Amino acid sequence: MLYNLPYITVAVVIAIGLYAMLYKRNLIKIVIGLSLIESGVNLFLVSLGYVQGGIAPIYTNAPKTEMVLPTPQALTLTSIVIGVATTAMLLSFCIVIYRHYGTLDSEKVRRLRG
Amino acid sequence: MMSKIVRTQANILYPLILIFGFYIVAHGHLTPGGGFQGGAVIATGVALVAISFGYGKIKKWIKKTNLTAAEAVGLLSFIIAAFTGIGTSFFCNWLANSGLIFGDTVPYGPNPGYLNTAGLLPIMNLAVGIEVLGGLGVVVMYMLSAAKASEVK
Amino acid sequence: MMWDFLMHNSPALIIAVPLFAAFFTPVIGRFSKKAMYAWVVGAMIFTEFLVLILLYTVYTYGTQIYVFGARPYSMAIPPDSGGIPVRIIFTVDSMSVFMAFIAATVGLAGAIYSVACEKGQSGQEKYYALVLLMIVGMLGMVLTGDMFNFFVFLEINSLASAALVSYRINKGVSVEAAFKYAVVSAIGALMILFAIGILYGEYDALNMAMIASRMQFTTLDKIAMALILVTLAMKCGSIPMHFWVPDGYGKAPGAISAMLVAASQASLYGLFRMCFTVFGLAASHITLGYFLIILGLISMFVGVTMALVQHDIKRLMAYHAVSQTGYMLLGVGVGLATWGTPAFSQYGFAAMEGGIFHIINHAMYKGLLFLTAGAVIYRVGTSDLNKMGGLAHSMKYTTIFFIIGALSIAGIPPFNGYASKLMIYESVYQFNPLLAVIAMIVSILTLASFVKVFHSAFMGPKIYPDVKEVPKSMLAGMAILTFFIILFGIFPQLAITYLVQPAASALANPIGYISRVLGGGP
Repeated sequence: MLYNLPYITVAVVIAIGLYAMLYKRNLIKIVIGLSLIESGVNLFLVSLGYVQGGIAPIYTNAPKTEMVLPTPQALTLTSIVIGVATTAMLLSFCIVIYRHYGTLDSEKVRRLRG
Repeated sequence: MMSKIVRTQANILYPLILIFGFYIVAHGHLTPGGGFQGGAVIATGVALVAISFGYGKIKKWIKKTNLTAAEAVGLLSFIIAAFTGIGTSFFCNWLANSGLIFGDTVPYGPNPGYLNTAGLLPIMNLAVGIEVLGGLGVVVMYMLSAAKASEVK
Repeated sequence: MMWDFLMHNSPALIIAVPLFAAFFTPVIGRFSKKAMYAWVVGAMIFTEFLVLILLYTVYTYGTQIYVFGARPYSMAIPPDSGGIPVRIIFTVDSMSVFMAFIAATVGLAGAIYSVACEKGQSGQEKYYALVLLMIVGMLGMVLTGDMFNFFVFLEINSLASAALVSYRINKGVSVEAAFKYAVVSAIGALMILFAIGILYGEYDALNMAMIASRMQFTTLDKIAMALILVTLAMKCGSIPMHFWVPDGYGKAPGAISAMLVAASQASLYGLFRMCFTVFGLAASHITLGYFLIILGLISMFVGVTMALVQHDIKRLMAYHAVSQTGYMLLGVGVGLATWGTPAFSQYGFAAMEGGIFHIINHAMYKGLLFLTAGAVIYRVGTSDLNKMGGLAHSMKYTTIFFIIGALSIAGIPPFNGYASKLMIYESVYQFNPLLAVIAMIVSILTLASFVKVFHSAFMGPKIYPDVKEVPKSMLAGMAILTFFIILFGIFPQLAITYLVQPAASALANPIGYISRVLGGGP
């Protein structure tokens, strides 16, 4: 049970993120939900490569102790960088939308129809 | 513009944040961290100063064009560093173990290595660090200016 | 010497050249606008040249691999890695290079077109940098042989295109469209990343060939497959997940709409690659094939019926893009459903060829139509069809280009849409006559819809007396795509022999793909 705790956390975080994206009407809250989903996925990747009692994988000639997997960490870092870019872009969109529509309510930001 | 206490501690902390950020960038191949993380730390320094002194004052000290230039320089040096290995393959780490700068061989046995090793990796870390500090700094500045403009309206 | 160098390094250079050009564009743009235009167009021409070299290499010598950072560049599996390809590997087979050719051509036309179209806008350095980044994203998606790398290029592609959709703020409407597109593609990309995490946890590998060769097809794999396929079907704009398409295509600047078509095709490539190469050996072909066929049918029919009622010229064309994507899904889906049975050599392979041929044709004529729509909007200033009229009097070349594009999309000979649609009808008829009949009805409705556009925008009395022909660079962008439409329309055999048939056989041969990377192959 304890071993699976990270994965349960992943499921909970992604579920909260999805809930925020589906049921919240404020655009900034939608972006927050997206960030939560991203954190959940990142946590999933990191916990995939975690080895109990392992050390950071930065040795040239590895000592005999166990190391955590470096690849998922590299993936997570890349995903974090992309996430920062996405979040920054979406928040700038929010700023522009607010300036032109005067609201961030997703029910009112609806000029595209048909 | 925030209170005097905040401004004073921002003055004290700003150089320390910069040094810490560049430390993370320079030791990217030895410790957890690297170009992106170090650059992000430096950009938090920009954000700290910008928030404690207000956008009106800060835009005279930190120019957006300089940050954009840092971004371009970082990206270009990254891709040029990748191009230098094109003789064997793109991104080839020809500098490692070559005896040149960052070219020392890591001694055998379990050790985390030292600064003057790893070839192109520290150079790329430095390039990414410069790029990220420019990029995130410019994001912070633009967001502040946009918030300012919305406020006036 | 130089030739050898270009031939060996072209997979890496195709990514590196536009990337370098993108980063250098703002620096040049600060000094001179003219030099920047020359720089961007020059970089695109060089990329196109590299793609042609790669096309030649792959056609002559078979699948190429390029390993980043390895010594030598062709060593996929280092001796101390325990038989796992650890580095980022670009696996370029005929299908990949076929898609790269589409992306580079449409990108070139879009870049040339933008020079005049975006002349008055502010922030042009960033616009061109993003255009080049978007092209890097498309090219990377189609050339890479690594799952995680695919995700990274997908994200580069979606971020750059979302930013470009919002380039002209347009009273906030474009930004609303871009927000929708960015949120949807970000969730999709995160789901792909989740699936990649599942696959990595199971098979300790990120390379597509390695994953395919170790595929067990457990329940977890099925979840991963569903996440990946649904996301990619969403990104290519098939019907249940099409809601971002009309907004994104409709509100983007003209050149960007054309390039978004190519970007969707790159996602379509991802869908086919996952269906055939990664999951194809283990999963049930019938299920996957019918998945594609049903998606294709719904997209074709609903897309065209939605298009009939539109009044906005670009929104109408966007719904047609959805509808045309259905043809590709239908053709390749029939190929996948019959894959491995005797029917595959009878008509399944021809259906695949038709579907794949339709990809390049669609990218060309839909790109051309979006460029003409952009030209009309550039001169008239509105995208509402009811307010247009009589443009044929003053915009002769644009009208001609529009007629060519419209006849081509409706499948009228001698243009290229006819060639590929005929291949799809013939082969799909043998699979199930009903499907072919529906495809033909959709084609007729497409023709009806474009007759309406032609009539309301170009025919009639002159409403706008001071409208002139668009500038030369916009015409040049359209002419590039028209050239390929007429070339592939008159000599379809040329395209089929050198581009389509190798691509279809590469896609239908995952064993060859895997053995080329993991050793044992030529």
